[in-house]
Amino acid sequence: MTSETDDSQESRLELRGITKIYPSVVANDDVTLSVKRGEIHAVLGENGAGKSTLMKMIYGVTKPDAGEMKWEGEVVNVENPAHARSLGIGMVFQHFSLFETLNVVENVALGLPGNPDLNQLAEQIAEVSNRYGLPVDPLRLVHALSVGERQRVEIVRCLLQNPKLLIMDEPTSVLTPQAVRKLFDTLRQLADEGCSILYISHKLDEIQELCHVATVLRDGKVTGDCIPSEETPKSMASLMIGKELPVPEHNAPVELGEVRLQLNRLSQKSDDPFGTELQDIELEVRSGEILGIAGVSGNGQQELLYALSGEKPLADADAIVICGQPSGRDMPDLRRRNGMGFVPEERLGRGAVPRMSLTENALLTAHYKDMLKNGMIQFDKIAEFARQCIDGFNVKCGGEEHAANSLSGGNLQKFIMGREILLAPKLLVVAQPTWGVDVGAAAFIRQQLIDLRNEGTAILVISEELEELFEVSDRIAVIAEGRLSPVKQLADTNIDEIGVWMSGMWDQPASVEVSANA
Amino acid sequence: MWIRLERRPEASHLMSYASPAIAIVLMLIGGLLLFAFLGKNPIEGFKVFFIYPLSDLYGVSELLLKATPLMLVAVGLAVGFRANVWNIGAEGQLIVGGIAASAVALYFQESEGAHVLILMVIAGCIGGMLWAAIPAFLKTRFNTNEILVSLMLVYVAQFLVSWLVHGPMMDPDGFNFPQSAMFEDSALLPLLTEDTRLNLAFVLALGALIVGYVFMFRSFAGFQMQVAGYAKNAARYAGFSARRMIWIGMLSGGAMAGLAGMAEVSGPMGQITEHVSNNYGFAAIIVAFVARLNPVGIFFASLLMALLYLGGEQAQQYMNLPSSISNVFQGMLLLFLLGSDVFINYRLRWKKEVAV
Repeated sequence: MTSETDDSQESRLELRGITKIYPSVVANDDVTLSVKRGEIHAVLGENGAGKSTLMKMIYGVTKPDAGEMKWEGEVVNVENPAHARSLGIGMVFQHFSLFETLNVVENVALGLPGNPDLNQLAEQIAEVSNRYGLPVDPLRLVHALSVGERQRVEIVRCLLQNPKLLIMDEPTSVLTPQAVRKLFDTLRQLADEGCSILYISHKLDEIQELCHVATVLRDGKVTGDCIPSEETPKSMASLMIGKELPVPEHNAPVELGEVRLQLNRLSQKSDDPFGTELQDIELEVRSGEILGIAGVSGNGQQELLYALSGEKPLADADAIVICGQPSGRDMPDLRRRNGMGFVPEERLGRGAVPRMSLTENALLTAHYKDMLKNGMIQFDKIAEFARQCIDGFNVKCGGEEHAANSLSGGNLQKFIMGREILLAPKLLVVAQPTWGVDVGAAAFIRQQLIDLRNEGTAILVISEELEELFEVSDRIAVIAEGRLSPVKQLADTNIDEIGVWMSGMWDQPASVEVSANA
Repeated sequence: MWIRLERRPEASHLMSYASPAIAIVLMLIGGLLLFAFLGKNPIEGFKVFFIYPLSDLYGVSELLLKATPLMLVAVGLAVGFRANVWNIGAEGQLIVGGIAASAVALYFQESEGAHVLILMVIAGCIGGMLWAAIPAFLKTRFNTNEILVSLMLVYVAQFLVSWLVHGPMMDPDGFNFPQSAMFEDSALLPLLTEDTRLNLAFVLALGALIVGYVFMFRSFAGFQMQVAGYAKNAARYAGFSARRMIWIGMLSGGAMAGLAGMAEVSGPMGQITEHVSNNYGFAAIIVAFVARLNPVGIFFASLLMALLYLGGEQAQQYMNLPSSISNVFQGMLLLFLLGSDVFINYRLRWKKEVAV
C-alpha cells in the first residue's frame, strides 16, 4: 500500500483487511484492495477463490466479519444492494436477477427508485443499448431471452444509473469477438468518463487487453497485485492457480469412422413467439471428430439442443439420425439407449437435480446401464458409479451422498461431464462445456473431450466461447438466426472469419472479413 | 432493532423435520388459548382432548380405526404430491370407492364366502381410480388444472351418493331413511380383536404404508416422480414421461382413497349413508404434509390426526363444545405447519438499525 493521504484522495473504493468466514470455509482472508477513479481493475481467481464473496460484500449482499470499506474516502457500511446503488455502485452478476414473466422495461423499472414512466424508460433503454452496442428489445419478455441477451439487460440496467463503480462478473462469455471489442470500447469510454470498473474474469488475454491493474486471489487471500500489460498470461495464471496452466493437447485428427449423427433438413418452428425457428439444418458428425458450432446466444442454439436431446421431439423422425437410427421423434431416454450422451447448458435444475445427492443424480441418466433390478434401484451399484465420476473427474465434494447444490458450478459441470462420458456414448452432444468454469477445470474438461474423441466418439460442441471451439474442434460451423453456416475445417478458417459469420453473413464476399478487424 | 426474513443459502434439513413438531406444539398452545377464550379450563380441555381418548384399550382401538383411512389416503396422495401432482379430491374418490364397494355388497347380499370382500376391495379401488382418472385425463389431454378439477369432483361425488341413498341404493325396509340396507356378514371386514371395532383394514393400511415406502425410496418409478417434483426440467432432460407421472400420481391417490371408502362402509358403518366420509379425504392432505410425504411420518401423523377426531368427539360430549372443534384443530395444525415451513428456506435475522 502507498501512503494514506494520496490514497484517500484518489481512491474511489478501498478495502482493508476484509475477512469473511462461513461455517465451513474462510471465503476472504484479510483482503486489501484499492480501486482508483477511472480505473479498470481486474479481480482474477479460480472458482471458489473468493471473488464473488468479495464483490457481494462491496455490493451489500453480505457483510464482512472484519475489515473496513472506504467509499470515496469515507468509511461505509453497505447495508444492502439498494444502498450500494445509491452510493453509485452497480453490479452485473454472473447469475442474473431478472423476473422471467416480466418484460425488459418492467425488469429495469423494478430496480429503479420511485415509479418510472415505462415508455420513457423504454426509450432510455433503447438509447443506452444502442450507444453501447448491446441490442435489447425493451418490450420482450425475459423468459424468451437467451443467456447472452439477459446479460445485456443486466448491463444496460446498471448503465442507466450512471454508476461510479461498475462490477462486472465474467461479462464476455456470451459475446462475439466483435461484440467483446465493442464492450471493451464501452468500458474504456466509461473509465475515461471517470467510472471505475471491477472486472472479474478468468480470461487472461482479455484482462491483459483491458485492465489497468489486477488483483489476484487464491483461497480467499490476495496472492499478488500486478499490471497486466507487463505480465504474460502464463505468469498471471501461475499467480492464480499456483502452478502452470495446462494446455490441452490436440493431436492430429484420428481416422474418421462412421457417421454417428446426421441432421437432414432439420426445421422446427418455435412454440415461443420470441424463439428462433430452425431452418434446414444439415450436418454430419463422424466417429473420431469434434464438430464445434459457434454463435451468439439466442440464435437457435437452445432450440437445436432441445431438438437434439429429445426434450422437444420433432415431427419428422428422419430429421435426426443417431447412429443410423431415425430418432427425431424419440424421447431423450431412447436416444440415450441408442448411444447419445448429452450435457445441457444449465447444470442445476436440468443436468442435475439440486436437492438430490450425487448418487441420485448419477441415476438420472445412468439408469439404463444395469442399475435397476425389477424396477428397483440398486443403490450400491449407482453409488459406485457416482464415485467413479467423482474420482475420475476430480470432482471436489464431500462425497457421493452430498447434494448437487452443495457443489461449485465447475465441480458440478465436471460431475455431469463425467457421468455422460463414463456412460461410454457413441455420440456426445455438449452445450457450453466450460461456461463459468475456472481455467483449471476448463482445461481439464476440454482435455477430456479430446481424449474421448481420440477413443472414437463423435462429439458435437455448441459453445459461445470461440477460443474454446478453436481449441477443441476439428471442424467448425456457425449458427445464426436458426440457420447453419457451411462447415469448415479448422485449419481453413480463423477467428475473424467465424466472428463475421456469427452475424449471419457467410454468403458475403471475403472483403467484409477484413473490416471486422478494425 | 428489527427482524428480517433472510433466505438461507441452503434449505435447512433440520428445520424440515423440526417444522411439524413446532406446528404441533403451536397447535397445542393455540388449543389451550382457545379453551380459555371459550371459558373452559384449559388443563381440563387438554385432558379431555388428548388424554381421555387414550385412557383405555378401547380408546386406543378407536384411534387406530380412525387413523386407518387417513393412512391409506395420505400415502396414496403422497405418491403424487412428491411429483407435484396435486390431487385435492381424495374426499370424492373416497366416496365413489365407498359407493362401488357398497354396490358389490348389496349385489351379493345372498352370497357367502371371501369373494364378496375381495370384490369389494377391488371395486373400491377401481371406483376411486375412476374418479381420479377424470382430472388425470383432463390434465394430460387439455392441460387443465388438476387441483380445481379434482376438488370440484368432490361435490359431484357428494351429490351422487346423496342421490343414490335417496334412490337406487335406499333400504326398501328402512322407513325412507337415506341409507342402504345393513351389509351381510360376508361383506363386513373381520375384526382384529373382539369388543372393538378395529378391523382388517388397519392391516391393509400398514401394508399400504410399506408398499408406499418401497415405491418412493427404492423403486425407479418413485425416483422419477421425486425428480419431477424437485426439478421438472431435469425430469424432461432425463426423458421421464410427465404424463405417466400424472397418471401414477392421480391413480395411486384415487385407489387408496377408494380403498379407504370401502373400509368405511365395510367396517364401522356396515352400510352406505350420505356421510361415507368424515372429511378424511381432506384431513389426509394435512397428514401427508405434516408427515413430509414420508410413509413413516404418515403413520404417526395419522395417529395425531385421529386423536384430533376423537378429542373433538370427547369435547362435544364432556365439555359441551361443538364437534367442529376438531376442524379448528386441524386448521391450526396446517396453518402453523405452513407458517413454520417458511423457515426451511428462510431464517430470521436480528438487525441493528444503521443510519444510511
